[in-house]
Amino acid sequence: MRVRRTHAVLAALATTSALALSACGGDSIENAKEPTSGKDCGDVNMAVNPWVGYEADAHVVGYLAETKLGCKVNYKDLDEQVSWKGFGNGSVDVVIENWGHPELQAKYMTDKGGDGTAVDAGLTGNDGVIGWYVPPWMVDKYPDITDWNNLNKYADLFKTSESGDLGTFYDGDPGFVTNDEALVKNLNLNFKVVYAGSEDALIEGFRKAEQNKTPFIGYFYEPQWFLAEVPLVKVDLPKYTPGCDADPEKVACDYPPYPLNKVVSSKFADADSPAYELVKAFTWTNDDQNLVAKYIAQDQMDPDDAAKKWIDDNPDKVNAWLSAAGAS
Amino acid sequence: MTVAAPTTTSVADARARAGAVSAFREHARLWALLAVVVVWVLIWSVMQGKYTLEISTSTRTDVHTWLQHLADDISAASDTNGFVSALNSFADALNSAFEWLQNIFTVAKFPRPLPEIGWLGTIAIAAWVTFAAAGWRSVCLVVPAFLAFGFLGYWTDSVDTLLLVGVSVAIACLVGIPLCVWMGRSRVVTAIVTPVLDVMQTMPSFVYLLPFVVFFGIGTAAAIMVTLVYATPPVVRIGAHAIRSVNREVLEATTSLGQNQRQRLVKVELPLAKRTIIVGVNQTIMAALAMVTIAAYIDSPGLGQPVLDGLKRGQFGTSFVAGVAIVIMAVMLDRTTTAASVRSEQAKRAGESRLRLRRITLGAGLVVTLVLVYLSNTQVWANEFPSHPDLGTPLRDAVDRFADWMRSDVSNLTTSIQSGFTDHFLNPVQSLIADSPWFVTGTAIVLIATIVGGIRAFVATVLCLAGIYFLDLWYNAMVTLTSVLVATAVVVALAVVVGVAMGRNLTTDRVLRPFLDAGQTIPPFVPLIPVLILFGANRFTAMVAGVIYAAPVAIKLVADGIRSVSRETIEAAESSGSNRWQIISKVQLPMARGSVLLAANQGLLYVLSMVVIGGMVGAGALGFDVVKGFRQADYIGRGLAAGITIVLLGIMLDRITTYGAARAGASTNAGRTRPFLRRAPRSAP
Repeated sequence: MRVRRTHAVLAALATTSALALSACGGDSIENAKEPTSGKDCGDVNMAVNPWVGYEADAHVVGYLAETKLGCKVNYKDLDEQVSWKGFGNGSVDVVIENWGHPELQAKYMTDKGGDGTAVDAGLTGNDGVIGWYVPPWMVDKYPDITDWNNLNKYADLFKTSESGDLGTFYDGDPGFVTNDEALVKNLNLNFKVVYAGSEDALIEGFRKAEQNKTPFIGYFYEPQWFLAEVPLVKVDLPKYTPGCDADPEKVACDYPPYPLNKVVSSKFADADSPAYELVKAFTWTNDDQNLVAKYIAQDQMDPDDAAKKWIDDNPDKVNAWLSAAGAS
Repeated sequence: MTVAAPTTTSVADARARAGAVSAFREHARLWALLAVVVVWVLIWSVMQGKYTLEISTSTRTDVHTWLQHLADDISAASDTNGFVSALNSFADALNSAFEWLQNIFTVAKFPRPLPEIGWLGTIAIAAWVTFAAAGWRSVCLVVPAFLAFGFLGYWTDSVDTLLLVGVSVAIACLVGIPLCVWMGRSRVVTAIVTPVLDVMQTMPSFVYLLPFVVFFGIGTAAAIMVTLVYATPPVVRIGAHAIRSVNREVLEATTSLGQNQRQRLVKVELPLAKRTIIVGVNQTIMAALAMVTIAAYIDSPGLGQPVLDGLKRGQFGTSFVAGVAIVIMAVMLDRTTTAASVRSEQAKRAGESRLRLRRITLGAGLVVTLVLVYLSNTQVWANEFPSHPDLGTPLRDAVDRFADWMRSDVSNLTTSIQSGFTDHFLNPVQSLIADSPWFVTGTAIVLIATIVGGIRAFVATVLCLAGIYFLDLWYNAMVTLTSVLVATAVVVALAVVVGVAMGRNLTTDRVLRPFLDAGQTIPPFVPLIPVLILFGANRFTAMVAGVIYAAPVAIKLVADGIRSVSRETIEAAESSGSNRWQIISKVQLPMARGSVLLAANQGLLYVLSMVVIGGMVGAGALGFDVVKGFRQADYIGRGLAAGITIVLLGIMLDRITTYGAARAGASTNAGRTRPFLRRAPRSAP
């Protein structure tokens, strides 16, 4: 009995104090109003593949879809393979930057023999380049190193405990296609390919090499935010000609250019929401992407803030996309 | 010594003889091992580089293609398969349950702009629950911990992680506790379940991430299921052990009192095993937390995401701050569950008046909690975590500056350490193991296993090596095996040195233990970055990462073993004139031998679990194959083969060390440990 009375007294005290507190200031929580946009947009499931350039694309498009078209954008941090898998059951709608991936196209795109859950949504305007890179200090000191014919001359510089008598050539992210083992063999280079194993490990390697002026050569690609921090220089391999990389064992030429494109789920394309029109209309340059990527990676801005900053600075480009999507 | 001598002459004689026999056996074994190694080196010196079964990184053999087709078929069948659609609806239910939880604590549900209960209400609920379950002291830990999550800038992510861990652990217990009771009762069930648990704990998560996405869709459900694979085994193993070790006589007494099976379980076995089962739950919680970063690879909400963000953006500080939040959470959960298990005992013994006082405080606390929840529901300030003070940003910047300093001023020195160690130690050992013809290395491993662990180790080793051979990744397996063995050797050395220091001195223990806790619970990706900065991408870096992850567990085991050597034994040895070094080497370490062997076994398995992460920082070999299988559709088959190979390596090493430890334990009991135990009471007066 006594216990219960104590409870009642406490409850009364507490309620009064709560009322007093809530009365004496602070904003109370009110429900938001319906967004005022013309056409209904609904949910957009945006895959975010694990590199910063991709994040830049995703958040610029996503920010516009949310603020100008009234969509609800769900960002999903996923790998390429998992993202494409998600097209089938609607958990992923958009892959905003795709690097080729013939093997995934063959699985999911009708015209490539797949199940038809994925469709192409046009180019992003970014040109992907894959190749062999060295830190800039090396080019200053050994200007002819950018020609592959001279690599053997410098192989000794690149010796490490990982490669014995040969020079170490670093490969990076296991997600990227490489021909480097075949290239080293077919070009008779005195190098051994060592797998750094992740983009992070590779970037750390290049960063340290430039800072401490130590030799380093490895596989890299652009557009990439890191090139704004350390402008790596590409080594010229024998020129790429269509078909020269047909047999992966006999490759002796540079990587092909990768025109990056957007891929969406066929459900999303068929629904034909304004968000789909926006995704289709979205194109920009490598410099644009590098700038937003730099905001995110180097200036440590929140991706949405970075996107907003660029959008505010580039009304012309943005308005062109938006008018295609049917918004002002 | 002089006091005891006259009375124990004959005993000493007998002991000396027994000691001589066991010493001879031990020496024979050492000589045999040495002979195997010498022959191995001789053959290696003439045949190195031949029959190594090395294949290039991009090669896929028939076995790999077959596995690839198998995976594709399962994935393709999943669209029509009834089993998979059942899994899908289960996943949907789990997803909506989790979404409901998130709408309460972390994610706003339209049209409401903020979640139902914000930070103030969440902390109030956490504090009240902690008070009810674990007492005041724990509340004093939980509240600052929650505030720290917010001040570090990761309020939402932290609460998401807590929800995820909570749901996972609840499911793990729901499945695990009945299972462990069953295992405790039946040897057959134990024999069937144990290998499954072994595979669950040693299979690299990257191997099953993709299949789980196929089965459970992209979303929290898949993340929870991935977490469960790794987190369920501890509660099952430890729980089964607890049930099994309930005193037989107590059980017989209750049966004779006429209790039936169910009564016996509920009234006797579970209460008696409760404390140990809670230890299992505690381990399950820690394992669930360890999966936070891995689960983030398939879009799990929570603290894993900022860790990965930091990695991909090259921001060490970001990863570090999120890692600190995870460590705080781990310490908080660990201490609270431990306190709760102690409390459950005390509560039974508490008097009537204390009980009433407790009820009143609980009631009052509940009222205050409800008020705070109400405020948090209606007021913006009590819902959104305040953005000041911001501890995260300064900490992040400081860490980034520190990283810069390491890169420019320290890394030249550390790089030379790395290359020295690799050239003079790692490379020769690797060359012996991996560059010998496969049948030579295979035979040598089997012989060593047999000498160390006897016939059972022989059988296990032959089977595992045969499996590895057929999976076509022999060379990579041997490279990985080398790194694992060398790293484990370092771990054991560290464990003995630091463990002895901690076991002998309580102050050392108190100073070091928080660091060990942090090392054990921080996501491995976080310490990886400074190690990368210092040593570059290579096998050494991967080994250091493995050592950092495995050493804390091993050190703690050795320290506890040393501490449990009785005071009297040591005093006896001191009074017989032994100096400090003699006490350590002749008394404490031999008597803690069981703990040291357990530390070696656990160290091995922990190092092995870092193989995949090692592959991401330059170790190549099996770890790289596994990650590549996850990232590239064409290499799923090879990745799967690499994953199974890692499991086989793990089971092989575990069996060799376990059976070896059992044999060594037997011989020490006869030879060394007992005499000290027996002598102690006699010369102590």
